[in-house]
Amino acid sequence: MTNIHDERHFELTVNGERRQVVDGYPGESLLTVLRDRLGLTGAKGACEEGECGSCSVLLDGNLVCSCLVLAASATQSSVVTIEGLGGSTDVQTAFVECGAIQCGFCTPGLIMAATNLLERSTEPQTDEIREALAGNLCRCTGYGRIVEAVQTVVVQRSQGAS
Amino acid sequence: MCVPVAHPQSIEQLTALLRDEPKTVLLAGGTDLMVALNHGSQRIGPDELVVSLKEVPELSIIEVDHVQRLLRIGAGVNWDELLGAPVDTLAPCLTQAARTVGSHQIRTAGTIGGNIATASPAGDGVCALVALGAVAVLTSPEGQRRVAVEDVATGPKRSVLANDEFIESIEMPIVDGWQGYSKIGTRNAMVISVAGVAVVLSADSNSCRIALGSVGPTVMLADNASTFAGDSIDWTNKEISADSLERISELVRQVASPIDDHRSTATYRSHSVGVLARRLIERGLQEMRNSI
Ligand SMILES: Cc1cc2nc3c(=O)[nH]c(=O)nc-3n(C[C@H](O)[C@H](O)[C@H](O)COP(=O)(O)OP(=O)(O)OC[C@H]3O[C@@H](n4cnc5c(N)ncnc54)[C@H](O)[C@@H]3O)c2cc1C
Ligand code: FES
Ligand code: FES
Repeated sequence: MTNIHDERHFELTVNGERRQVVDGYPGESLLTVLRDRLGLTGAKGACEEGECGSCSVLLDGNLVCSCLVLAASATQSSVVTIEGLGGSTDVQTAFVECGAIQCGFCTPGLIMAATNLLERSTEPQTDEIREALAGNLCRCTGYGRIVEAVQTVVVQRSQGAS
Repeated sequence: MCVPVAHPQSIEQLTALLRDEPKTVLLAGGTDLMVALNHGSQRIGPDELVVSLKEVPELSIIEVDHVQRLLRIGAGVNWDELLGAPVDTLAPCLTQAARTVGSHQIRTAGTIGGNIATASPAGDGVCALVALGAVAVLTSPEGQRRVAVEDVATGPKRSVLANDEFIESIEMPIVDGWQGYSKIGTRNAMVISVAGVAVVLSADSNSCRIALGSVGPTVMLADNASTFAGDSIDWTNKEISADSLERISELVRQVASPIDDHRSTATYRSHSVGVLARRLIERGLQEMRNSI
C-alpha cells in the first residue's frame, strides 16, 4: 500500500533530467540524495549545518545549501549542480586561470555561488562579491584569488564576452 | 503517486491538514529543522507528515496598514525580503537584524516565522520584533489568537505553539522615532550572536523599548530599563544625562541571566548588553537631534 507519508520514493529534476530516488529515508537532505543516491558527487558535504557552503546548488535558480533542503520537498523544483554547468563556463575558466583553486574542496560551491551572484548583479563591487561569497568557506586560498576570478568574469562580460 | 511532503496552497488547506493529520512537522526554510535532522537531534517518524509552508501565498505577504499604522509580515517572509522596501524604512531595526543573519544562502531560505518558532534566545529577528512591540498571529483549526512575540518562546526550543497551530503573520506598529539593532559575535559574519540588543525610541509616545538576545532562556524585554529610559530621556531636546545612561546599563545587566557556553562567558554577555543598550540609546538620540 502506498502510504501518503512515504518519503522514500520520489522524483527530482536534476540538471534537466528526471531522476528516481528510491529508498530515501525520512528527513534526508538533498545533499545526501545527490551524492549517495544519484552519484553526483560535485556538491561536497562537510558541516551539514549551512555553515560552509561546500554543498551549494541552485534550486529553481536560487543558491541554496543542499544540506538544508529536504530532498523530498523538492520534487517540483529544478536542481542544478556543478555537473550541470558542464566544465567550461566563464566562471569555471576564470577560477582555473586566476589560481582560485587549491585543494578544490570548496570550489564547486564557490562556482555555484559566483555563478548565482553574476546572475543577480552584473557589476558587483568587491564588497558585494565578498558578501555574496561569505557563506562559502575556503581553507586554502585566503579568498583573494577567488574574488579576483569573479572580478575577471565581470570585466570579461562587460567587454562583451560571455 | 505518493505524496512525500504536503504542499498546501492556502491557509485554508494548511489549517485543514493540521486538523486532519494526527502528526505533522512544519517546514519553512529548513535552516533550523534540517540542521536538527542532519545531526539526529530531531527525527521524522514514519507516522509524521512533513508540511511545507512554501507554497502558501498568504504566508509571504508584506502589508502596510496606513490607517492603523501597522506593518504586517507573513511568517514565510525570508531574511532577504526584510532587507528592502518597505521594511527597511518602516521597521529598520528588523532590517538591521536580518542583515546580520547567516549568509546569502541562509538569508534567502530562513524565514521570520521559523526564527520565532525555533524559540532560540539568540534569534536576531525575534529580538528586533520584541523591541518593536510586535504580535504574532497564531492560527489553528480552532481559530486565531494574538500573542506578543516575547511570549511565544517559553524556553530554549519551547514555545506556546500547539501541535496543530502555526504562525501566520507578525504585526508591528509603525513607530515614529528611531530604532536600531546591535549584535556581538565572534566574527563579522555567519555567527550566532553572543549578545544582541534592539532599541526602539518612540517619538509618538515618548517611550523606549529595549530587547535583549542571548542573555537568558528566551529573548526578553528589559522592562525596568525600558521604563526608566522612557522617563529619563528629555524628549523635547532628545537628550539624556550620563548618569541615566549608566543606570540604564545597570538595569539591563540586572535583568540579564546569561550562561557560560562555547561562544562566550556569562560575565561578558551581561557586560555586552549593558554597553550595547547604552550605545544604541546614545546613537538614537543623536540621530534624532540631527534630524530635528
Ligand atoms: C548557517 C546558519 C546561520 C544562521 N545564522 C543565524 C543568525 O545569525 N541569526 C538567527 O537568528 N538565526 C540564524 N540561523 C538560524 C535560522 O536560520 C533562523 O532561525 C531561521 O529564521 C529559521 O527559519 P526557517 O524558515 O529556516 O525555519 P525551519 O528550519 O523551516 O523551521 C524551524 C522550526 O520552526 C517551525 N516553523 C517554521 N515556520 C513556522 C510557522 N510559520 N509556524 C509554526 N512553526 C513554524 C518548524 O516546524 C521548525 O520546528 C542560522 C542558521 C544557519 C544554518
Ligand atoms: S555541508 Fe552544507 S553548508 Fe556545509
Ligand atoms: S581550495 Fe581548498 S578549501 Fe578552498
